[in-house]
Amino acid sequence: MKLKFASLVAGAVMAAAPAMADLIVPNLSYRTGPYGANGTQYADGFNDYFTLLNERDGGIGGEKIQVPECETAYNTEKGVECYEATKEGALVFNPLSTGITYQLIPKVSVDKKVLYTPGYGRTSAKDGAVFEWVFNAPANYWDGASVAIKYLLDQNGGDLNGKKVALVYHNSAYGKEPIRTLQELGKKHGFTLTEIPVEAPGQEQKSQWLQIRRDKPDYVLMWGWGVMNQVAIQEAANIRFPMENFIGIWWAGSELDVLPAGDGANGYKSLTFNGVGMDYPLYDDLKTHVIDPGKASQGGEHVGSAVYSRGMYAAVVIAEAIRKAQELSGTSAISPEQLRDGFEQLDITPERLVEIGLPDFGPEIKLSCANHGGSGMARLQQWDAAAKKWNLITEFTEPDAEVLAPLIAEDAAAYTAENNITPRACD
Amino acid sequence: MDQLLYASEVFINGLMTGVMYSLVALGFVLIYKASGVFNYAQGVMALFAALTLVGIMNGQVPFAHLINAMFGTHLDKFGWTVPAVLAIVLTAGVMVLLAILIEKLVLKHLVGQEPIILFMATIGLAYFLEGLGDVMWGADIKTLDVGLPQGISDTVEQLTDSWFGYGFFIDRLDIWATIIAALLVTALVAFAQYTKQGRAMRAVADDHQAALSVGISLQFIWIMVWSIAGFVALVAGIMWGTKSGVQFSLSLIALKALPVLMLGGFTSIPGAIVGGLIIGVGEKMFEFWIGPMVGGATENWFAYVLALIFLVFRPQGLFGERIIERV
Repeated sequence: MKLKFASLVAGAVMAAAPAMADLIVPNLSYRTGPYGANGTQYADGFNDYFTLLNERDGGIGGEKIQVPECETAYNTEKGVECYEATKEGALVFNPLSTGITYQLIPKVSVDKKVLYTPGYGRTSAKDGAVFEWVFNAPANYWDGASVAIKYLLDQNGGDLNGKKVALVYHNSAYGKEPIRTLQELGKKHGFTLTEIPVEAPGQEQKSQWLQIRRDKPDYVLMWGWGVMNQVAIQEAANIRFPMENFIGIWWAGSELDVLPAGDGANGYKSLTFNGVGMDYPLYDDLKTHVIDPGKASQGGEHVGSAVYSRGMYAAVVIAEAIRKAQELSGTSAISPEQLRDGFEQLDITPERLVEIGLPDFGPEIKLSCANHGGSGMARLQQWDAAAKKWNLITEFTEPDAEVLAPLIAEDAAAYTAENNITPRACD
Repeated sequence: MDQLLYASEVFINGLMTGVMYSLVALGFVLIYKASGVFNYAQGVMALFAALTLVGIMNGQVPFAHLINAMFGTHLDKFGWTVPAVLAIVLTAGVMVLLAILIEKLVLKHLVGQEPIILFMATIGLAYFLEGLGDVMWGADIKTLDVGLPQGISDTVEQLTDSWFGYGFFIDRLDIWATIIAALLVTALVAFAQYTKQGRAMRAVADDHQAALSVGISLQFIWIMVWSIAGFVALVAGIMWGTKSGVQFSLSLIALKALPVLMLGGFTSIPGAIVGGLIIGVGEKMFEFWIGPMVGGATENWFAYVLALIFLVFRPQGLFGERIIERV
């Protein structure tokens, strides 16, 4: 009996702790709290792709991938605790929170872990010479702002002179990210920018939308997250703001954001850097190896949603970086340093996306020592309320490097000065 | 002239928003008045009620996630939908059941304890209910449509446009919220004044010991009050949930009720209404006039500043009972 108990305990311990040779990719997720609805879908997509690789291919390069999950509740302190609790043996972190990212940036430099923050976090982390351990490809907030303005330029025959653009933003570090970029773009293209902050969580936005109704901007851009998005879209519908002139960042572009407003949300647009829906060959494999055998995260109920797809895409990029690292180092059980090198040599071509089963799902990603952010390309999607689905309405578009490059250099320089860092040579 | 018209529009919308705040504050007042407990869980009760309402309306299987995870089943929905009115009645029933359980499992064991202990118990209750709602109905954002209209009122816009040359924005949902809040308050006041149970509730509120000595059942009154507060939470949950979808953030609307309570007093139903209106108008007018000068997003903190200013002059709130302690 004692022997049986001891073996049970040993078995439980072995099951709980990842095998040392495994590739450990912690999932710092949030399934509870005000942002839990979004966090759950993202975490499911992230988990399911690695489950697929384990089930279908036996992992990556013969190494199984372990994805220990830790609940952050989108709380910065808890996020740091999760990082500390899971960092042993871990290769890379993707905390899906700009606040947590800011806290982890100095830590990963000391611990030598990769921090991958696709579409969020510190924008200037694109500068790989300064942020050696942080990657934010395929796009960052400034790219998003620039691509949105490029789209508006296209809609207006290349001329935004005299146009009024309002930015409704989450009054936090995240929400304030695009302001400087939009101001610079305003100077370049002649539009006026009105900044309209919304205090978190954003349940009540009457003042902001009354202001928009009075000011009558031509376009509204939104940097929101969580309940702020649903309320903003509802209020925009309430004041009959033309939805086709309302564009959200990719974090304001999930089904969760538009469904509560019903038909009122029809025509609303958002940026995205990943495909949506299930019209990709990869989903056949996912169904066969993950969903049907009952191994999908949360029963697979969110498969194909916008945020699920983004979580899955983050896992795809990490998996490709692991593959590249294995190829470069000639070993399957890679270290975080080797993974960083893998990221820096990452080249996800359109052909490679076809091989993965996700044709045209994301932009081409080609990184280097100096460029940790990729091309910054993004595209727009539009909500069809009747069909309850997003439709991609543009091709991937490059941001305005002429405006962004100096801003990134300036912000990275400020970081080096504040932290007394000497940027590494990247030639 | 334009500024005056805009200010008038903001003022009216402030009043309407204030009504929405009052709906949340009412639940706090009812429980505090009858039992001296500051119910930290009131916001979560609104969330739980709204989640339950949507779950019943959509015919969702409660605890489906848990059951599926444990037994490998694929339960989701029963395959029927329930009309809004019936679902509201059933949800009210669930809130009564919840009140009974709270009384039996929590309050009964804490009779005679310090108010801070009861307060701490409600914090525990809040977290428990939050988790229970999540496990029962899932974490997704749910669309709530009980048939309440939303969007700009054309009548108001056209009328004001013909009068002033500028059409005012008033949300039809806010108009309905005002009507429903008025009915709710009238019903609550009538209940408290003209029914036996209402008088018993007031007696308990005045003096627990004296009420007990004349044979009033404290247990019954607490269940009744928590049930009514549960119903008020349901109404608040419907109003706020219609606007933003039913989601976890609904529990945070309690934060909007705190300055209302500080201002209106914890023991007065009219205080919750007037307090809500003052906070609603105050924060909106401040945001309109001063917000642009200080970068906006003033509403959250200004509501508390306004409440604190009132507190300095009337610590018991506008309508609260003055506490006189003789040594």
